[in-house]
Formats: sequence, structure tokens, C-alpha cells
Amino acid sequence: MTALSALIRRDIRIALRVGGGALIGVLFFLTVVVLMPFAVGPDLALLSRLGPAILWLGALLASLLTLDRLFMADHEDGSLDLITMSRTPLELACAAKALAHWLAAGLPLIVATPVLGLLLNLDMVSTGAVALTLLAGTPALTFTGMIGAALAVTLHRGGLLMAVLVLPLSIPVLIFGVAASQAVIVGPMNFGAPFSILCALSLVSLVVGPFAAAASLRHGLD
Amino acid sequence: MTLIDLANPTRFLALTARVLPWLAAATVILLAVGLYQSALAPDDYQQGATVKIMFIHVPNAWLSMFVWGVMSIASLGTLVWRHPLADVAAKAAAPIGAAFTFLALFTGSLWGRPMWGTYWEWDARLTSMLILFLMYLGLMALWRAVDDPSRAARAAAVLTLVGAINLPIIKFSVDWWNTLHQPASVMRMGGSSLDKSFLIPLLVMAVAFTLLFVTLHIAAMRNEILRRRVRSLQMMQASRVAFSSEVGTGSREENASKGAA
Repeated sequence: MTALSALIRRDIRIALRVGGGALIGVLFFLTVVVLMPFAVGPDLALLSRLGPAILWLGALLASLLTLDRLFMADHEDGSLDLITMSRTPLELACAAKALAHWLAAGLPLIVATPVLGLLLNLDMVSTGAVALTLLAGTPALTFTGMIGAALAVTLHRGGLLMAVLVLPLSIPVLIFGVAASQAVIVGPMNFGAPFSILCALSLVSLVVGPFAAAASLRHGLD
Repeated sequence: MTLIDLANPTRFLALTARVLPWLAAATVILLAVGLYQSALAPDDYQQGATVKIMFIHVPNAWLSMFVWGVMSIASLGTLVWRHPLADVAAKAAAPIGAAFTFLALFTGSLWGRPMWGTYWEWDARLTSMLILFLMYLGLMALWRAVDDPSRAARAAAVLTLVGAINLPIIKFSVDWWNTLHQPASVMRMGGSSLDKSFLIPLLVMAVAFTLLFVTLHIAAMRNEILRRRVRSLQMMQASRVAFSSEVGTGSREENASKGAA
């Protein structure tokens, strides 16, 4: 347990310090959202209708962008080999690393959501709904993305290949995240059903992600 | 004859060389019978002649999921039993499965245009099939991205097993969500709701397509084995050329021992 909490604390500290790049994700999120009014035109009614979708898409792309760092830096300086050889089960270590990554790179996205909601003309309730769905859904993005990150690091290929592998897996999260927030804003559907499915997706990925990532690290690292 | 006897690629090649013509002949005969029967099948009272797209569409859709199932079993073979031909099977199946998925989507949208009034509808069954198609493409990209086949095999195996989660979602999407796509009518509790005049051609076509897959898969596996042999021969030759140009004549081992001395 202490090993895992030490791993989490170390990862968060590295991510937040100079060269860590956790906050780059937030900056990217901001940029994507700011680009949208230029693409669809500064029509406030339209923007508030598209708002949840834009925020979700921005968060998805931002979390994809930072996934590269999950294993790559550790692989380069050799600490990933130490983690694989240590007595802590690799599955738990992967889960701890993903948790740390989510705390450092995922939570700031959710904190930034209210500010970006203002730019998209979302009211308090809708912004809260989007932030809540992001809070429930971004762990799924991180934990399924971790599988792609582990594959990429064992293959020494990152970037586009990882995006191609991870994006199909994250489509369900996007669907139900946007559906739940649209249910609050537009209406007739109820919020509970898509939100419960979103939570279920997060919980499933919490289980599947560490095992798949650990399997690919174990089989792939020589 | 067990699965482990096939671990020797030479034995596999010899066996499949004998089996493959029979499989191909059976496929051709069954496809001909199935197509003939589906052409004779009566028009639907609502859908008219477009119902005949079903005889192509449904087997393709079944096969698209069946192929991923085969790839998942082969991935287990790669990761758990380390069967030498498992990754060959998984790699050879991916493009075939992608083709079946594409054909299922394509024939479905051709049918959807006159019946639903749209080529594409973002409902659960169609979306999950599209995700399956994207995953096939991603898997093929993964195979192509890495030059060492055994390294790519293990990565692809993990991804295949993760992607297998999608299969029950596709199967039950029509029950879980209110979709435009019609619910299951052949494989369901309480027997098939399909009339015999449609059911029999459909089943014949399903068997024919399965045989088509098996034939193509075995042929693709043979090609993959031969391709790997050619590659290793080429690499041996290349290393021989490189070493002989370096030290004049002499093999690699001699060169290494000279270096050690």
C-alpha cells in the first residue's frame, strides 16, 4: 500500500513540475474550445446547444494528448523496468499510475470546465451537468487509454497509432457523456439512465484497463 | 490429430494443401445453392424485393462478429498457450473480418435507403458495428506498424481481447436500446420468427459464408507462413551479403569468432 501511494505521489509530483506537461492538457482543452466559435460562428444560441459536445470532445482530445506521458518517460529512464520487476503486482502499479495521471491531467480539465462553459454560453445547471459527467467519464478515458499507452510503449510507437487504437474504445464514453449532459439541457430524456451507464463504463474500465495494460507491458517489454 | 500437432508450420502447410481444394469446392457449391434459393425466395409483403439483401447482409454481419471471436481465441492461444500458429491465425483473420464488417455496413445502408429513408442512422446497432470496423482497421494498423511479428502479435492479442467486449454489445444492442434496427429474429428465445421460405436460404448462406471464411482464412494463413519464410530467407541473405562484403569471404560465425579473438 505504501509503495502504491508513493508511486502515486511521485507521478503527480513529476507531472506537476517543470517538464511534466500535465497542465499542457488544460491549455489544449482551452484552445480547442476557443477554436470552436471560429469554426461554427459566434452564434450564442447554437454554441449553447453544442456546448456539451464541444466540451466533451475537447476533454477527450486533451486526455488523449497527455496519455503518451503515462509510460513513455518512465520507459525512457528505466523506472518502468523497476516497476515491472518490483514485488507490487503490476496490475496495481498500472492502476496507481493511471490514477495519478487522472489526478494530475484529468481533474484540471474538470476544474476548467466552468470557465469554458462561460465562453460557450452555458448556464449554471448545464455547466454543472457537463462537469459532473466529465467527472464520471474521464476516468474511463484514462483507464482505457492506458491500454493504448502500454501498447505504444512496448512497440516504441506513439502518437497517431495510439490515437487510432484508443479512440474507438472511447466512443461509448463520449456517446453517454454527451447524452447525459444533453438530457439536462434539452430535456425530455432523463439524466439517470445515460449517467448510470457512464459510471458503469468507468467502473468496467477501472477493472479491465489495469489488467490489459499490465498484460501488454509484461508480454511486450523485453 | 490435436491442435498442438499443427504447431509445426510445415505439417500445417501439408495438411491444409490437401484440405483446401475440398473446402473451396464446398464453398462454391453451397454459395451457388444459397444464392439460387435466395433468388427463388418470395418477395416480402412489405419490403418487396429488397428483402433479398438480407441473404447477403445477415451472414456478413454474423461473420464479422464470428471472425473477431476466432481472433480472440487465437489471441488467447498467443498469450496463454504460446501456440506458434496462433498469431498467424489472428493476423490473417483481421483483413477478412474487416471486409465482412464493411460489407455488412454497406449492404445494410443499401437496404436502409429505400426502407428507412436514410443510408445511415446513428442507432446503437449501427454505431457498435462501425466501432467494430474501426477496431479492425486499428488492429491492422498495429500489425503494420511493427516489423517484428512476435512483438506485434502480443500487442495485437491484448487489443483483440479488449475489443472482444464489443461483441456482446453488438449482439444485444437491439434489445438494450430502442433502435431502428430490427431486433433478433433468427437466434432468440422461443424459436425463430422467420418464415421457412426465408429461414432455409438464410441458413444455407450463413453456412456458405462461414465456409468461405474458413477457406480464405486458411489460404491467408498459408500465405502468411510463406511470407515469413521469405522474409527470414531475405534477412539471412542480406546479412550474408553484408558480412561477405565486409570481410571478403567467410560466414557470420567466422566473422564473430574473429572479432572475439
